[in-house]
Amino acid sequence: MSATITPPAVSIPPGDEMHAVHHQPGWIRRYIFSTDHKVIGIQFLFTTLLMLMVGGALALGVRWQLAWPWERMPILGDMLFRTDGGQITPEAYTMLFTMHATVMIFLVVIPILAGAFGNFLIPLQIGAEDMAFPTLNMLSYWFMWPAIGCFMLSFAYDGGPAAGWTIYPVLAVLPQAAPGSGFAQTLWLFGLTFVGFSSMFGSINYMTTIINMRAPGMTLFRMPMTIWGMFITAILQAFALPVLTAAGFMMLADRMLGTTFFIPGGLVVNNAPATVGGGQPLMWQHLFWFYSHPAVYIMLLPAMGMVSDMLACMSRKPLFGYKPMIFSMATIAGLGFIVWGHHMFTSGMNPIVGMTFMVSTILIALPSAIKTFNWIGTMWGGKLQFNTVLLNCAAFVSMFITGGLSGIFMAAVPVDVYIHDTYFIVAHFHYILFGSTLFGIFAAIHFWFPKMFGRMMSDRVGQIHFFITFAAFNCTFFPMHLLGIGGMPRRYADPYHFPYLEHLLPLNQFMTYAAIVMGFAQFILLFNFGWSIFFGKKCGRNPWNSNGLEWQAPSPPPHGNFDVQPVVYHGPYEYSSPVSGENDYLPQTEYMPRRPDQSQGH
Amino acid sequence: MARFWSIYFMSWAALAVALCLAAPSLGWWFPDTGEAMSSIGRRIDGLFYIILWITSIVFVGTQIALGYVLWKGAVKPAHEKATYSHGNHTLEVIWTVIPGIVLLFIAIYQMDVWAAFRMRNYAPGEIEAIAEVTARQFEWRIRYPAPGKPLMPMPQPDDVYTVNDLRIPVGRPVSISLRSGDVQHSFFVPVLRIKQDALPGTVIPVWFDALQPGSYDLVCAELCGWGHYKMKARVLATSEELFQKWKQEAVLLQADDGLQSASPAESTAADQAQTSTP
Ligand code: HEM
Ligand SMILES: [Cu+2]
Ligand SMILES: [Cu+2]
Repeated sequence: MSATITPPAVSIPPGDEMHAVHHQPGWIRRYIFSTDHKVIGIQFLFTTLLMLMVGGALALGVRWQLAWPWERMPILGDMLFRTDGGQITPEAYTMLFTMHATVMIFLVVIPILAGAFGNFLIPLQIGAEDMAFPTLNMLSYWFMWPAIGCFMLSFAYDGGPAAGWTIYPVLAVLPQAAPGSGFAQTLWLFGLTFVGFSSMFGSINYMTTIINMRAPGMTLFRMPMTIWGMFITAILQAFALPVLTAAGFMMLADRMLGTTFFIPGGLVVNNAPATVGGGQPLMWQHLFWFYSHPAVYIMLLPAMGMVSDMLACMSRKPLFGYKPMIFSMATIAGLGFIVWGHHMFTSGMNPIVGMTFMVSTILIALPSAIKTFNWIGTMWGGKLQFNTVLLNCAAFVSMFITGGLSGIFMAAVPVDVYIHDTYFIVAHFHYILFGSTLFGIFAAIHFWFPKMFGRMMSDRVGQIHFFITFAAFNCTFFPMHLLGIGGMPRRYADPYHFPYLEHLLPLNQFMTYAAIVMGFAQFILLFNFGWSIFFGKKCGRNPWNSNGLEWQAPSPPPHGNFDVQPVVYHGPYEYSSPVSGENDYLPQTEYMPRRPDQSQGH
Repeated sequence: MARFWSIYFMSWAALAVALCLAAPSLGWWFPDTGEAMSSIGRRIDGLFYIILWITSIVFVGTQIALGYVLWKGAVKPAHEKATYSHGNHTLEVIWTVIPGIVLLFIAIYQMDVWAAFRMRNYAPGEIEAIAEVTARQFEWRIRYPAPGKPLMPMPQPDDVYTVNDLRIPVGRPVSISLRSGDVQHSFFVPVLRIKQDALPGTVIPVWFDALQPGSYDLVCAELCGWGHYKMKARVLATSEELFQKWKQEAVLLQADDGLQSASPAESTAADQAQTSTP
């Protein structure tokens, strides 16, 4: 934390961007093709919540098949697979898990973090009136729709793309390799390209905004962790995404122009004429994971940042180890670029290189551990507000520990040889992507909802939602570790085909029951969300007594955000400071009379 | 309510630990007997259990810490303020260095297993390949050289073929040449703890051993299309003699044109004579 007492040199002359007159644009420009970051953020939020339900429904299809293989699936099966009598065929099963992952990763988690919360929070938390490039921002939202269109349209072709979200060649490249590898796969690749555009527009915007548009006094080390998370994520995105985009175009070229980047010669696939080639399928895996490992952090770091802010506020305590938190986040991001090979230990890659990737992967667990200890340290000695926000944040920490620890097993290369591509992996990444990120998102929805809509969400309903979701989540995903240890491979339409897996059926049925409960529990969230927009308790500017700049703006903030240009005097975590008198918080815009002497680390 | 929630958090962790403790006796553990049937598999399991111990201790420790801070927060008197602290330098150092050492231990400790598994013995030729395994949608085609001959890269007229049935001699390291005829697959024998992707366009030597005779499930572990789940096969490990005998019978069976039936004994002798002539 900066030790400056007087307001530091003003980087942007106050009032400079403020005196532009805000004339209210028309309805369409205001709510549909809006360039206001808040509207765009909320558009992203609605869209991604809708997609969350779609992705969840697909997941229930997968779970149904694992619990009651080849049986008619009520409701969903009748809707989707009417021609097969509501039964999930193996082709449909591959499509289900492919599209589940695609929707969840590209249409839910990435856009809800960067698109919804990044958009809404960045200008508000750094005291800017909008993003640096509002039109680009609008495009970033509207490029989501062609992507959604492509993905949804791909369902219509031969049962949909079916090569997994990792689309490994040769399966995904040759149309004859699988029913879903025809035009559906091409559409899928176009969809991926469009989400790529959307993310890239966003990340350019976030970097520029955070670097250039901070309010006077908002030095880098006074920024909330949310901003750090978004900033580091934007950098990751900007460096990693071009590789995936290029690889995607190479695959499109293989599919449509007759190149053979990923196709070796002499393969006879499905009795088609032998391929002519010279390509290397392994190259796709390298290029894909070069993006997709950083992408798993793109799906986590913003949530880590938001949880840090919310935990401090709900513990009424400064964040424990602000700078270590930032440095560990930056380390995770940096190391994230050199660990991609841990997805390829069994791929046929040079085993000696595997050793290198093992070491870097083990290294990345260290900053993760540091962050965990600091979160617990933040809560330690705090005056905890046991509300929905705190509960979901605590769940984030607890689930992150679990997911991080299962990562250690997989970072041990010889052990990974056994558990790779089994349900152990599925357990691992659901603990992190659902257990951590999604619980973090639940917390963030409850926390920033008042700022978005000027009303509170019901805390009681929120707690009920949390109670059910947390229990059902663990019942669904914890046993997956055991399935993996039992040797059950992922992406199997019918594991019970093998005698050594037959005894896992009851466990799978239990998990499916839990998953159904969990799926239905999300309607509680949606109900709470929708109801509170119209009937929630009205709230003032700062319902949580929080320090961040966003709480100084009206709720909801008008076009242009702040009525007075905020000036920042200190970091965002001055909770329960001895100098704040009666209050246990000290907004960043309030002058801090004197540095309390007991603060550490200077 | 606050106390309830801190108990809620601790109870999930307790249940998770209980489930893991109970899992082996419920059969939700490593397949079959739970014991690996290959020498490298035993070392992998050893590594697994060491990591399981370490992670379990960390899991229990951190979850208790989390439950404890939640509980302390829950029972805090209403008038008390939160502790005002921005962090603690000593604590940061402690919880960086200790996990660092543990992680370093895990990194170094596993290196030897990996080296034994894939690096020292990776070079083909050290152990002769006994068969070529070609994965295709959705079966395993296996090609053995005729008795007494080495496996050639290209198919030979007297090669022996099986489908979904890989025979190996027990008790010594064997090696196969793994390839794919179409898309990517993965050669996975859970009980032997062996997994290697079959990469189109590349021949990958894979070595392993079976410590006891038996039939081990061979499954595919890389998505290869709609029938991925049904690439059901077995690795049948028998004694060296039985393996050789089976191969000779298989040669006969494959060459049998139904006209003249030579007795196995004769043909074996003929076969040996044939192979011993230069
Ligand atoms: C303690 C840190 C972590 C370690 C050591 C670790 C290690 C690994 C390893 C080795 C794999 C590959 C396993 C295999 O396929 O055989 C893997 C897969 C995966 N990890 Fe992690 N991980 C860590 C944290 C994370 C985080 C923070 C995320 C997400 C935000 C994450 C998301 C994933 C995903 C999505 C996959 C699977 C991708 C797929 O195959 O579909 N991991 N992890
Ligand atoms: Cu990774
Ligand atoms: Cu397969």
